[in-house]
Amino acid sequence: MSDKMHIKLNVNGKDEEFLAEPRELLIHTLRERLDITGPHIGCETTHCGACTVTIDGKSVKSCTMFLAQANGAEITTIEGMGEPDNLHVLQSSFKEHHGLQCGFCTPGMITRAAKLLEENPNPTEEDVRFGMAGNICRCTGYQNIVKSILAAAAEMNSAKEAAE
Amino acid sequence: MIPAAFEYYRPKDMEGVLAILEEHGDDARVMAGGHSLIPMMKLRMAEVPHLIDLQDVEGLSGITVADTIRIGAMTTQNALINDAALEAAAPILKEAALQIADPQVRYMGTLGGNVANGDPGNDMPGLMQCLDATFHLVGPEGERDVSARDFYEAAYMTDREDEEVLTAVSFPAPQGGFAYEKQKRKIGDYATAAAAVQIVKDGGTCTGAQIAMTNLSDTPIYSEEASEALVGTSVDDAAIKAAIDAMLGDIDPTEDNRGPIAFKKHVAGVILRRAIERAWSRA
Ligand SMILES: Cc1cc2nc3c(=O)[nH]c(=O)nc-3n(C[C@H](O)[C@H](O)[C@H](O)COP(=O)(O)OP(=O)(O)OC[C@H]3O[C@@H](n4cnc5c(N)ncnc54)[C@H](O)[C@@H]3O)c2cc1C
Ligand code: FES
Ligand code: FES
Repeated sequence: MSDKMHIKLNVNGKDEEFLAEPRELLIHTLRERLDITGPHIGCETTHCGACTVTIDGKSVKSCTMFLAQANGAEITTIEGMGEPDNLHVLQSSFKEHHGLQCGFCTPGMITRAAKLLEENPNPTEEDVRFGMAGNICRCTGYQNIVKSILAAAAEMNSAKEAAE
Repeated sequence: MIPAAFEYYRPKDMEGVLAILEEHGDDARVMAGGHSLIPMMKLRMAEVPHLIDLQDVEGLSGITVADTIRIGAMTTQNALINDAALEAAAPILKEAALQIADPQVRYMGTLGGNVANGDPGNDMPGLMQCLDATFHLVGPEGERDVSARDFYEAAYMTDREDEEVLTAVSFPAPQGGFAYEKQKRKIGDYATAAAAVQIVKDGGTCTGAQIAMTNLSDTPIYSEEASEALVGTSVDDAAIKAAIDAMLGDIDPTEDNRGPIAFKKHVAGVILRRAIERAWSRA
């Protein structure tokens, strides 16, 4: 077994420091070590996107990153986006437009969608479908996911306009 | 799926990388984005007792656009897609990069990892052969350049020595029309067949063509004969047929979960025709 490493992370604004093996996969760190269970394990093979989190401004499948690689990084998960009584626009939009059925894919969907809208605040339907291609849903047929994201974009844009 | 244990290194300069590679030989390997290597390690199809993460090594990323375009090995596919100067000078890179995997993979996957990997399914090696790129390597003996067209020996076997690192790729700014066409089973999949084409047109005549194919042999295939079949023609149906026939003589697909050999040859022909027609229309 290899030596444990000194790891420092900032997850959802909170500093974390601990010793761990470098081969630990980030999804296991989040779920098992830090009890952040929003990111899910759907496939473990980099295909489904249920484990998507934001790492230093990039959408990443956390089942395909060694904890050692993420050492020093800033990480945002669904838990860092909203609270049950203060939902993120995307969360309320998914709720309102039935963007989920079982909900297993939803944390990855919303985390990825937030990054997509940050990079492209006025996406077309095609932009949304292409930008969400790394996230798989077994339930919805995607129609309402796309609708939820487009509605959230519109809402974020009108809130921005109102503020200006 | 947990990989075997390893020692992890994150050196800040190339000297540090080379020192670890020399000390541990076969037991050490560099990692770029990890999006080919980590899945293999999780499956325990790759064992890497000493893993050298290149993310902090200085000078390995960035894009320089001039008569010769140079791209650092650690430049991500996402960066290739979002570089306006690169898009203006060599739009085929963006067109190809957008057809690789999905957004999450493209934030992590690098050009260097894609070309060094040696997987016949990777898209960038064929593209680099089309563009007549040069790969820049550094090792204990110093720096060395290899043509992309001479780099690939067999699946996962390249001209790169174990203790060498790819630092950058460079290629002459491409001329004329371009197309990267890829047939895949679903978005995010590796190619059943893909074609990279650059064509130069003068008046109504083709004066230069470069054609390379992906995932149709155990290496990417630059088809000299297919390229030559277009030169001097008006890229009419007969010329395109001749190019496709020449290409089919150069590829050597095998049967796998993407289909039997006859199907792959059929798809290769369809894809190459589309790529030639689109490149010609843009030339
Ligand atoms: C779901 C999924 C779908 C994908 N689909 C596609 C696709 O359609 N087309 C495609 O082309 N790819 C695809 N990929 C692969 C992806 O593009 C990889 O990111 C890429 O092949 C490797 O880049 P990397 O930076 O992740 O390299 P790594 O995984 O870090 O490295 C790959 C190999 O190259 C070596 N290496 C890396 N950098 C260097 C260097 N600078 N010098 C020497 N050796 C080096 C490593 O030692 C390793 O052996 C897919 C991957 C996934 C997970
Ligand atoms: S669990 Fe990571 S992509 Fe499916
Ligand atoms: S809502 Fe069930 S997988 Fe998407």
